[in-house]
Amino acid sequence: MKPARFEYARPTNLVDALILLRDHRDDAAILSGGQSLVPMMNLRVASPQIVIDINSIPDMDEIAIDGSTLQIGARSRHNDVLRSKLVQQHAPLLSMALQNVAHEAIRNRGTLGGSLALADPAAEMPACMVCLGAEIVLRSADGSRSVAAADFFRGIYDTALEPDELITSIRIPVFSADWRFVFHEIARRHGDFALAGLAFGRQYNGEIVQDCRAVFLGVEAFPRRLIEIEQAFIGTNLNDRGTIEKADQLLASSLDCLEGGEYPTEYRLHLAQQLLVRCDSEAFDENRR
Amino acid sequence: MNNTSLDDTIAISLSVNGTNVSARVSPRGSLVDFLRHGLGLTGSHVGCEHGVCGACNVIVEGRVVRGCLMLAVQADGAQITTIDSMSPDRYVLALQQAFYERAALQCGFCTSGMILQAAELLRRNETPTREEIRDALSGNYCRCTGYHAIVDAVQTASHALNATPSGNRLPG
Ligand SMILES: Cc1cc2nc3c(=O)[nH]c(=O)nc-3n(C[C@H](O)[C@H](O)[C@H](O)COP(=O)(O)OP(=O)(O)OC[C@H]3O[C@@H](n4cnc5c(N)ncnc54)[C@H](O)[C@@H]3O)c2cc1C
Ligand code: FES
Ligand code: FES
Repeated sequence: MKPARFEYARPTNLVDALILLRDHRDDAAILSGGQSLVPMMNLRVASPQIVIDINSIPDMDEIAIDGSTLQIGARSRHNDVLRSKLVQQHAPLLSMALQNVAHEAIRNRGTLGGSLALADPAAEMPACMVCLGAEIVLRSADGSRSVAAADFFRGIYDTALEPDELITSIRIPVFSADWRFVFHEIARRHGDFALAGLAFGRQYNGEIVQDCRAVFLGVEAFPRRLIEIEQAFIGTNLNDRGTIEKADQLLASSLDCLEGGEYPTEYRLHLAQQLLVRCDSEAFDENRR
Repeated sequence: MNNTSLDDTIAISLSVNGTNVSARVSPRGSLVDFLRHGLGLTGSHVGCEHGVCGACNVIVEGRVVRGCLMLAVQADGAQITTIDSMSPDRYVLALQQAFYERAALQCGFCTSGMILQAAELLRRNETPTREEIRDALSGNYCRCTGYHAIVDAVQTASHALNATPSGNRLPG
C-alpha cells in the first residue's frame, strides 16, 4: 500500500508546471488535492514517473464574480467552494451538491479541478458543470482554450484534456432569478460516491416552465443534458402532475444506463426515476434557488 | 522549483505541534508515516491508506486532513498538529472525557481520528444534532463500537461544553 517511486516537482509558477507537463506528458501526474491520485498511487493503480504538485502555484484557488460569470480556480478546495458566499448566491446548485461530496477531511483537500479532470461517472461536480453550462479553461505551454462542460466529458474517466494540458479555472454563467435548481442523490452512506444523482433546474414564468436542465450522475458513463426529459417539462404548468409521470416514463428510452458492476441496469433506471420525482416535487419550493 | 530524481530525498522544514522540525524525506512517503516513524508521534494511526477510514487524520494549517493522502514532502513549510499534543484543547478535552464516560471506544484504533474530526465539528457548531454528528463522522470507520456510543459521546461533549463558558478549561 505504498506508492511506487516517482520524481517529485513542485513548481512555483504556472509556466514551469506547463513546461514540465509538456516534457513528460503521459508519464506525469498533476497532484492537486491528491484525494484520488494518492489512493490510486497507494493501490498502484497509478504509477506516474513524475508527480507535478500544483499546490505552490499562486492564484489557482480564487473564487470571483466577473460580470455575469462566476469564476472558480481549479485548485479551490471542495470545502472552500461549499462555504463560499459567492457560490451560495450565484451557483446554489454547487453548494447543494457539494454537501454530498465525500467527507469533511477529504473536502478540506480535494479540489474542483481534480474532480473534473478525474471524471468519475458517479461524481457530483461534473454533472453540475454540465447542468450549469460551465466552461472549463485549459492551459498548455502552447496556449489556452476553453471547453464547454458538455464537450469536456467523454466517457468513464475520459475527458477532452490533452496530456500536456492543465485545468486552470472554471467559468460558470450566473442564472437569472427565475431559475430554481435542486440536487438529489442516493448513496449507501452520506459522503460515499453516489449510486445515482440528479442536478435539475427549471426557469419559471409564473407557473409555466420556460426552460429546464436535467443531468444525471452515476447512471450513464458520463454526464449529459437529457434534452427529451427537459422538453417534457418545458411549456407545462408546474401544478400539472401529469408531467412528471410522462417524464419518468421517457427516462426508460432516453437513458443509456451503465451496465455491469454491483447494480443491474434496471436498478439504475429505478433510481433515476425516483430522483426525478424528488427533484420535481422540490423544485418549485420558493425558498430554494 | 523543487525537482528530484528517483532516489533523492528532499529536505523539508515544518512545524509539528509547535516545534520546528527539519528532515529529509523520500517523495513517496506519506505524512502520517513520517509523523509516526520519523518523529515518533504515534497518536495518528494508519488503517486503509486510501482515504476511507479516517484513522490517520491530522490537522494541517488548521484543517483536518487525511495523513495518508498527503505526502510528507507536501508538508514543507506547513503547521501540523496531531492528536498527541491536543489534550489541552477545550474541545478535545471535552471529547476525551465524554468518550470515556460513554464507553465510545473499545480497541481505540479509530479514536484519535474520531476525536479530531468531532473537535472540528464542535468548533464550527457547538450544538450539533445527532444527524449533523453522523454526517461529520461519516468518513471515520469504527470496527468495534457500532457508532451509537460515539454519537452519544459527541453529544455529551457538546452539552458539557455548553455548560462551561468558552475559553475556560473543563475541570479535569
Ligand atoms: C473516501 C473518499 C470518498 C470520496 N467521495 C467522493 C464523492 O462522494 N464524490 C466525489 O465527487 N468525489 C469523491 N471523492 C474524490 C474527491 O472528491 C477527490 O478530491 C476528487 O475526485 C479529485 O480531486 P483532487 O483535487 O483530490 O485531485 P487529485 O487526486 O489531485 O487528482 C485527480 C486526477 O486529476 C488530475 N488533475 C488534478 N488536478 C488537475 C488539473 N488542475 N488539471 C488537470 N488534471 C488534474 C490528476 O493528475 C489525477 O489524475 C472521494 C475521495 C475519497 C478518498
Ligand atoms: S489510513 Fe488514512 S484514511 Fe485510512
Ligand atoms: S474502537 Fe475499535 S475501531 Fe473504533
